[in-house]
Amino acid sequence: MEKKKKVLELKNISKSFPGVKALDEVSFSVEEGTVHVLVGENGAGKSTLIKIINGMYTADEGELYVFGKKVAMHSPRHMKELGIATIHQELNPVPDLTIAENIFLGRLPTRGPGIVAKKRMVEEAQKLVNDLGFSYDVKRVMRSLTVSDMQIIEIIKAISVNAKIIIMDEPTSSITEGEVAVLHEQIHRLKERGISIIYISHKLDELKQVGDQLTVLRDGKTISTHHIDELTTDEIITKMVGRKMDNVYPVKEAEIGEKLLEIKNLTQPNVFSNISFTLHRGEILGMSGLVGAGRTEVVRAIFGMDSYSSGEIIINGKSVEIKKVSDAIREGIIMLSEDRKLEGLVLIRSICENIGLPNLKRYRGFLLNKKREREDAQEMKEKLAIKTPTIGTEAQNLSGGNQQKVVIAKWLLQNPVVFIMDEPTRGIDVGAKYEIYKIMCDLAAQGAGVIMISSELPEIIGICDRTLVMAEGRITGEVTREDFSQERIMSFALGGKAVNDEK
Amino acid sequence: MMKSKENGKFNFGEIYNKFGIFLVFLLMFVIFSVWNQSFLSGMNVRNILRQIVVITIMACGEQLMIICGMIDLSASRVLACAGTLSAYTVLATGNLVAAILVGLGVALIFGAFNGIVIVTFDIPPFIATLASMMVAEGAIMTFTGGQNYSNLGAAFQFIGQGYIGPIPFPVFIMAFILLVTYYILSWTPIGRAMYAVGGNTAAARASGINVKFTKFFAAAYAGLMSGIAGIVLMSRMNSGQPAAAVSYEMDAITAVIIGGTSMSGGTGTVVNTIVGSMIIGIIKNFMNLQNINASLQKVVLGLLVMIAVILDIQVRKSRSKG
Repeated sequence: MEKKKKVLELKNISKSFPGVKALDEVSFSVEEGTVHVLVGENGAGKSTLIKIINGMYTADEGELYVFGKKVAMHSPRHMKELGIATIHQELNPVPDLTIAENIFLGRLPTRGPGIVAKKRMVEEAQKLVNDLGFSYDVKRVMRSLTVSDMQIIEIIKAISVNAKIIIMDEPTSSITEGEVAVLHEQIHRLKERGISIIYISHKLDELKQVGDQLTVLRDGKTISTHHIDELTTDEIITKMVGRKMDNVYPVKEAEIGEKLLEIKNLTQPNVFSNISFTLHRGEILGMSGLVGAGRTEVVRAIFGMDSYSSGEIIINGKSVEIKKVSDAIREGIIMLSEDRKLEGLVLIRSICENIGLPNLKRYRGFLLNKKREREDAQEMKEKLAIKTPTIGTEAQNLSGGNQQKVVIAKWLLQNPVVFIMDEPTRGIDVGAKYEIYKIMCDLAAQGAGVIMISSELPEIIGICDRTLVMAEGRITGEVTREDFSQERIMSFALGGKAVNDEK
Repeated sequence: MMKSKENGKFNFGEIYNKFGIFLVFLLMFVIFSVWNQSFLSGMNVRNILRQIVVITIMACGEQLMIICGMIDLSASRVLACAGTLSAYTVLATGNLVAAILVGLGVALIFGAFNGIVIVTFDIPPFIATLASMMVAEGAIMTFTGGQNYSNLGAAFQFIGQGYIGPIPFPVFIMAFILLVTYYILSWTPIGRAMYAVGGNTAAARASGINVKFTKFFAAAYAGLMSGIAGIVLMSRMNSGQPAAAVSYEMDAITAVIIGGTSMSGGTGTVVNTIVGSMIIGIIKNFMNLQNINASLQKVVLGLLVMIAVILDIQVRKSRSKG
């Protein structure tokens, strides 16, 4: 393989924050037209490194070269001018504007003062999109696109301002497998145009599909850089966590017991219809499907967050009516929301208060029993190994994995009978993932039933006893552990569509 | 990086957030005392205390609203409406208990009405309370025809003018209200729920918190506070005046914000609000002592609010920075 030009080079970069060395002599380089994957556990220093590259932070020591030139001035603006763009994990498109308007946001072409040259804008945007080999109609409203499409628009926008190096921070954390494939295909196309990409992801299985090179960060140090084919996934994990992980999934020992939860013909028009399934004690039941299949909506209805128009929820043989969250909690049904920042945590309050929130009844009295609340929080902190200096720390200061543990902690105190987890491991590193799987297994061992919604088939296959598959608001299939295969589950997940096409 | 954030937080923002407001108060207090000899006299201090009572009581209501991410713009008109009706009742019946019950009842109804409108129809509190502000103002003006009710009798006057020992009676009322508000916010489940609702409504709902009831409670409490403030004020003036206390809710909101409660909800303690209210109290009093006219006083207070809000934003910025 020919030696490619280095477009970005970091030499011995160090960065400290009061009390912690976030980056310690990190060296790292990106070659033209390649995808360089950056992996590491949460807190390994990936975000700091990115922020140094895009100019948000200034390194304490070390040198940064872009296209062979040393960068002296660090500011986000300067780095942008040099051709570095960042596609953040959470996109911020203006949903009601068109693709063209989003691409030109902040620099709309004008004719005369303050008048947008709409026609020219559309033409220019369309040309840009076509030239890059995409086929979007730029007059479409952003809202009508899928998340992966929005990411691609974001990339097009970056390229339109001459970005040569694009940093993608967990681009696939919230998109489906199908969309991931689309995104990867587009990344290939960009590479051919000489654009270089720094790609951050926690999904190890996709790295091989998309990456050329890989650098592992751990505790603020570069552990090593490899050609992507040099390492197996297991070897990558070992390097990331610094110890050998024998298994990505814990061994589940719980025996499957009697019927616990029975859902009969649950229906909400235009959202989901005739959902029926059973959950047993000691069982981990998966729910697979594409994003938008209606899985989240079903469990939200069971948890009383959204309504359902007909159907029956039976727990321990007793038919129950669930109209609001507190009804579900009373029956021992609890749910870990898909979006922990949106629905899981009150970020500006302390860990202790967050853990106490659904359990306030336990502390009731003339004076709220804060001592007991603190003891509970402390116990949970130790039990789940939540990494935080104190339980008084605000939830927003924790890493993703630890935030997720706080959300789980607050629910474990309820001694749940049915624990529904909606994408519990999204955006979380391998180590923390393992711990969350472990919690699920422990719950099952205690006789609870666990429902896990996941868009990642490997984890469904790795941890579930059985999985339901949904498509277009209906259950299209059910696969038991013995029959697990990605292809089988995927075919059911696409099944809804196939049935419709036949009509 | 999670760690860096924690350690990086020992900065101006965090320190200001915790103690800054006390330091500001102390500094002002010292400067004013040195500047004007009569500032620290026993009579003036009692004056200041008497003057801040009404605003502080209202601020307690506003604080609950603001913590929940709401605001009550109707407070001063509800105050006037409830206070005047209370005065009317004492004149008409001579029954002090009835007068107080009418005042509190009317205010509570307005507060509860605000709450119901906000939670049932999901109307922004700003709009809902703006509407009920007009309703309250129009209602009391219609009822009284704009007339004042004076000479309310010794018993009613005692509420706003009486003394127990050297301490004005309304100061005891204020202290009691502060204690109750502190109790609600810090030591009850509903207080916890308020912080959660204001901090992240969706997360509170997903945790089984009754968001609607929590908001309703805060709005009703704010109404009740307006009623208490109204009775105290009308008693102090010895007159039920339907046009009194114009825009007092702005002073109350100012006190809450200067105290460091964020307008975006989810934070703030009653201790800070007392200090915020006292800061406004001593500034106003000092300006009176210096013979600064009322219009100029407004300019000063307006600037003060701006500074407080800018500080609040700075603090939040410095806290969310990595």
